[in-house]
Amino acid sequence: MTTPKDTAPVSDAPGSAAAPGEGAARQGEPLLSVRDLQKHFPVTKGLLQRQVGAVKAVDGVTFDVYPGETLGLVGESGCGKTTTGRLITRLLEPTGGSVAFEGRDITHMSQGHLRPLRRDMQMIFQDPYSSLNPRHTVGTIVGAPFRIQGIETEHGVKKAVQEILALVGLNPEHYNRYPHEFSGGQRQRIGIARTLALKPKLIIADEPVSALDVSIQAQVVNLLEDLQNELNLTYVVIAHDLSVVRHISDRVAVMYLGKVVEIADRKSLYGAPMHPYTNALLSAVPIPDPKGRAGRDRIRLTGDVPSPLNPPPACRFHTRCWKAQEVCKQQEPPLVELATGHKVACHFPENAPAQKADAAV
Amino acid sequence: MTAPLDVSGTSSEAPPETVLEGASGKAIAGRSLGQIAWMRLKRDKVAMAGATVVVLLIVMALLAPLIVSWLGHPPDEFHEDLVDPNTGVPVGAWGGMSSDFLFGLEPSNGRDLFSRVVYGARISLLIAFLATILSVLIGTILGVVAGYFRGWVDTLISRAMDVFLAFPLLVFAIALVGAIPESAFGLTGDSLRIALLIFIIGFFNWPYIGRIIRGQTLSLREREFVDAARSLGARGPYIIFRELLPNLIAPVLIYSTLLIPSNILFEAALSFLGVGVRPPTPTWGGMLADAVRYYTIPHFTIFPGMAIFITVLAFNLFGDGLRDAFDPRSR
Repeated sequence: MTTPKDTAPVSDAPGSAAAPGEGAARQGEPLLSVRDLQKHFPVTKGLLQRQVGAVKAVDGVTFDVYPGETLGLVGESGCGKTTTGRLITRLLEPTGGSVAFEGRDITHMSQGHLRPLRRDMQMIFQDPYSSLNPRHTVGTIVGAPFRIQGIETEHGVKKAVQEILALVGLNPEHYNRYPHEFSGGQRQRIGIARTLALKPKLIIADEPVSALDVSIQAQVVNLLEDLQNELNLTYVVIAHDLSVVRHISDRVAVMYLGKVVEIADRKSLYGAPMHPYTNALLSAVPIPDPKGRAGRDRIRLTGDVPSPLNPPPACRFHTRCWKAQEVCKQQEPPLVELATGHKVACHFPENAPAQKADAAV
Repeated sequence: MTAPLDVSGTSSEAPPETVLEGASGKAIAGRSLGQIAWMRLKRDKVAMAGATVVVLLIVMALLAPLIVSWLGHPPDEFHEDLVDPNTGVPVGAWGGMSSDFLFGLEPSNGRDLFSRVVYGARISLLIAFLATILSVLIGTILGVVAGYFRGWVDTLISRAMDVFLAFPLLVFAIALVGAIPESAFGLTGDSLRIALLIFIIGFFNWPYIGRIIRGQTLSLREREFVDAARSLGARGPYIIFRELLPNLIAPVLIYSTLLIPSNILFEAALSFLGVGVRPPTPTWGGMLADAVRYYTIPHFTIFPGMAIFITVLAFNLFGDGLRDAFDPRSR
């Protein structure tokens, strides 16, 4: 990262939380509260569009996000991370469950009533090549939030946009340029600038760096962190890259086939993962140092992720789990708190506190 | 809401990438995709030649009375004295071509062929342009609506397109134009026939552009910038007019340019079959029909034929160039 870190963080926001570190302060009410969220995409067949099944993309996701923290949402491709993000921002209509933002239930709120709330809840998109309209200038793109929300600014939209461009590390004079004149990293900064325009409280970042070069990823991740410190933002970061999530998150939720299987503080999750799936994921993280690599056992999961069209009964991981027993096929493990702030949905968790240790390998 | 963000302490920061960009010190102006396409088009000599001919043809059609008063005779002035009364063949070599009659004379009634070709451009271009505008308007609106809203709206519009495409247009046009009265809808004679031709050609050609626009809209609406607008609280009209339509200008322009020549040909075919604009109003198709009887006098066929050929070719070359300029990968 090239941004001089010594000038940041500027605490300009009143009551800005100190840099959220380990075991981040979970002060007060959650900003975002997701309960048993479901999204089933109907599968239809024939002339009459008869429903023959449903893709259970998200099937019972529960978590809270507290002000000022970053929740990382990780999982394999197709586990429902992105769908969850789109359900929270109501780009998709939830099938079941509830989403509450600042205590208000927005699960089925009409788009009209939702519009003022959208100022406080914004989304960063995955692909900076697709998320910026190629026919609009940077000024138009970043100014769109003001126009759509009908917000008057003190010195005009142009001034406001240029301030935001400076904030995300772009040259404000690029106001009249078009997206194709920028690199991927710069484009993602433009996307972030648009997100910040209305000074939201919550930002859902859907794979914010996965479309970028590795060298640029760090820049953007650090930019997100700096902005969080400066503007007291709350993030839900959706990613499949465990290192990125580890770098940016305070808490991490691991998803598998539309469900949260483990949710914990970053330290606790990376240090002592309880769910076998989390263990397998972590063991797959590449270690650049060959010496460090020798000392660990890699867990190789066999088979593919089962189809969300017809997910396995009970514990969804039992088809690939090396610890699976009969109970895993009969009974769905609930998401229970086994250590402080560490919830896991498994009958035979690893690294569990003493009373559960009998199940550990 | 006042200043949306406090940037104190950050505006002085400038990551290296922006320093490099700003180093030139010049005012930074972006180039839009349209401007880039125009630059590419300017370098395409064939397309520019096509465009030049198109512009000349339009000028010729607009200034037809002026041009004819300089270089010819009124298009409905008979010069029977210059035509052999027995054979109908114009007196003189090459069908009577001279400095007085640039393209020679019409057989039998001896009208100035040059001025008739010049005036024929008016009918051809008028009908082709207005019919194209009608097709493009209907096609774009219905295409965007079908692509954006999908569901039963899309099904309805797409099936309507299929019906229109399967319609025996030529037969229908012949039947309809043949049956029209002398006056209707407050219009009479030529203007009524022209209006009807524009309506028929335009109204039955919209599915071609409609399908293209529908397909483009279907793919555009899945792009993340549409989601971004929706997550900002944008309504349907905003998304259609501000986000989708600017991206559809290129295909609309390209296919309009390619639709014009096909409409010119269709109008010429109808006039040739005698169901277009009626004589004595000069049309290229009608002149060709007259020329059939005088195939021994090639100039009578060649000039209106060449007029159609050059016009269609010029529009097609320009349209192809336009497509290449907007989408260099399609080459």
